[in-house]
Amino acid sequence: MPSLKDLKNRIASVKATQKITKAMKMVAAAKLRRAQEAAEAARPYAERMNRVLASLSAANAENAEAPLLLKGTGRNQTHLLIVATGERGLAGGFNSSIIRLARDHALKLIAEGKTVKILTVGRKGNDILRRTFRENIVDYVTFREVKQLGFVNANDVAQKVLALFNAGEFDVATLFFARFQSVISQIATAQQIIPAKFEQGAQAGSADALYEYEPSEQEILEDLLPRNIAVQIFRALLENNASFYGAQMSAMDNATRNAGEMINKLTLSYNRQRQAQITKELIEIISGAEAL
Amino acid sequence: MADSFEFELVSPERLLLSEKVTEVVIPATLGEMTVMAKHAPTMTTIKPGVVTVKLASGGVKKYVVFGGFADILPTGCTLLAESAVPQEEANRDLFQRRIDALRQDISDAPTDEHRTRLEHMLGDLTHLNHAMPHE
Repeated sequence: MPSLKDLKNRIASVKATQKITKAMKMVAAAKLRRAQEAAEAARPYAERMNRVLASLSAANAENAEAPLLLKGTGRNQTHLLIVATGERGLAGGFNSSIIRLARDHALKLIAEGKTVKILTVGRKGNDILRRTFRENIVDYVTFREVKQLGFVNANDVAQKVLALFNAGEFDVATLFFARFQSVISQIATAQQIIPAKFEQGAQAGSADALYEYEPSEQEILEDLLPRNIAVQIFRALLENNASFYGAQMSAMDNATRNAGEMINKLTLSYNRQRQAQITKELIEIISGAEAL
Repeated sequence: MADSFEFELVSPERLLLSEKVTEVVIPATLGEMTVMAKHAPTMTTIKPGVVTVKLASGGVKKYVVFGGFADILPTGCTLLAESAVPQEEANRDLFQRRIDALRQDISDAPTDEHRTRLEHMLGDLTHLNHAMPHE
């Protein structure tokens, strides 16, 4: 049985923890709003890019000279997994769900006898994946110092990926990130980016129009495809960012609630014990008086 | 009065402009082109340069863009810029940073073809830098 003083100390410490988690929740909520706005603002570009590329690639799918980024190297041997996670923890299952998905995928590929290479974006994913896949990690990017995630950051990652691809280091690239569904639900997602796949139905009426291309169709495609990689990565990073703050917000909300429950329980037993002690003292006084 | 059409200027980070316009001058890779309503469907890449937009409501807006591409339809025009800023916000510092970054890229370029492309871009950018009315 802890003494009164112990109980008092514990209540104080849980209260302090609660204050911290509450503050973290507020901060996460504010940052979430900004992250959502950024994700929202980036949507028009990605959508239009997708529309244009969908119609261009549909026209070029049969073309034997289509860029490798579109039709692939024709092999399926070496896979690059780009795993984007957060820089920090304390966000519930956010990091672990992305990592679990990536790890399962990697293990499946290895079991099939494929070669797996991993590029990690974000400190958390790197730390955890390094334990199991030390040999497979080819590169690591961190945004620790970055305050506001910009297109430049995504472009850096894209350049690394493209350099690896052009050097023939891999055949298929898959991007792992958490899709932002709502504050309480973020879905870890795998998306293949090389060879490029486009959402069907994205072909708007513009696909039927007879375009003039300046310079040639081929050259435009070659210019756009690398850019599209950067756009896809940028979109994934923004979604990830929003998901991270969403996950952190709900995790901290839970933590605050749990701390509240704990404080209630501790206060109850503290009061009980105090009452018991008072009763005990009274009995002692009364029995002392009666003995006289 | 010329017919108006929808013009959109989008950068990866945000939608900069979406308005009815009568005329847009685009720095296409093969030379500047002026787009007006009912233009034949065209797709073109763009080089670093200034986009001049004549709004249907009157007034002219200018943006500095650093590469990208344009999707032109008879009913509208969408310009996807890799990066774009209103001309008032473009200053020497910004250009210098761009030029330095590009120089770095050129020295790191993996293939000759790639290097030539980047060098072209550097030429355009330097030219643009000198042509800008810096205060």
